[in-house]
Amino acid sequence: MAGISDTLQTNAAAGRASRAPATVSNGEVRDFLALLKPRVMSLVVFTALTGMIVAHGTIHPVIGFAAILAIAVGAGASGCLNMWWDADIDAVMSRTLDRPIPAGRIAPQEALAFGITLSVGSVLFLGLIANWLAAGLLAFTIFYYAVIYSMWLKRWTPQNIVIGGAAGAFPPMIGEAAVTGSVSLDTAILFAIIFIWTPPHFWALALVKSGDYARAGVPMLPNVSGPDETRRQILLYTLVLVPLGLAPALVGFGGAIYLAVAALSGAWMLVCALRVWRRREGPAATKACWALFGFSIVYLFLLFATLIAERVLGLFFAVPGLGA
Amino acid sequence: MSGGEEEERDAQGLTAADRRRRRQRSIALALALGLLVALFYLVTIAKLGPGVLIRPL
Repeated sequence: MAGISDTLQTNAAAGRASRAPATVSNGEVRDFLALLKPRVMSLVVFTALTGMIVAHGTIHPVIGFAAILAIAVGAGASGCLNMWWDADIDAVMSRTLDRPIPAGRIAPQEALAFGITLSVGSVLFLGLIANWLAAGLLAFTIFYYAVIYSMWLKRWTPQNIVIGGAAGAFPPMIGEAAVTGSVSLDTAILFAIIFIWTPPHFWALALVKSGDYARAGVPMLPNVSGPDETRRQILLYTLVLVPLGLAPALVGFGGAIYLAVAALSGAWMLVCALRVWRRREGPAATKACWALFGFSIVYLFLLFATLIAERVLGLFFAVPGLGA
Repeated sequence: MSGGEEEERDAQGLTAADRRRRRQRSIALALALGLLVALFYLVTIAKLGPGVLIRPL
């Protein structure tokens, strides 16, 4: 770990030396935005919006917009706290080397203060404008991602992203809670879909980037149990995920279009997972992993976008004999 | 260390690039605060609703 620490200190020192004294912030606006993990934020906004739309209730559009903003900022805050905590390992992984803290553009203390301020502000704001159940769920999500996942699970167990995946699965519930003041089976199913989707998604990336994680000392499944076991686990999780993806239609809050989209995209997801399982060596194996990683994002997007489209565009046609 | 290569610093020890970044941060902060004010105003109006005008005087 001395190597990691040295690299971080060297990078930070280089950043400071090339610019101003350490007491002056070196960060540009885009560095602070990068601390919020905008891509993760966009996924959180999307899934929280889905939770709001499938909720059995109504919300004033202004309050709804403000609630989504609060959830997005809360998610960004947890990403910021994650980057603050993980700056040492970010400094040794090629994918994260240029993040603002390891690159020396933002001091760790600045990121910590920024993350805590946004966390507290977003939770209080959501509580005041929507309700305290939604705010409580947002606070728990931030705590789960920043403390339970980042500080505890990530460096301790190869099941880190399995358990930690819950943090990314809460937003639909927060969205529903903001509208109705409660959570239902509908968003519990959306929670389960994201929760089961997370391991195959990240393990596909971990198979390709296992060298990075090994250098950083993060016990990802490919480094601990080997690539073959990881491929088996990816396939098993996908076998659970695909039928689970159909559940919204079976329960009744997804319509006929959703059922068709979930079935077709789920079938392709399974094909991608089977290719990862079968192709174990060389460029074909790497290509299969990237294909699964990329399509898993499309798959989740399709499921949630279809749920939104069915409600917003009036395309909801109940599946005969299924659901409510 | 030659004087030509040394970045010129002002009385506060800031280079031109530091000042530019600080100015960008200040503008971003001002915009964020302005948006928050507008958001709080809109949320307040939305939460009060039209009933705020129907009250005993």
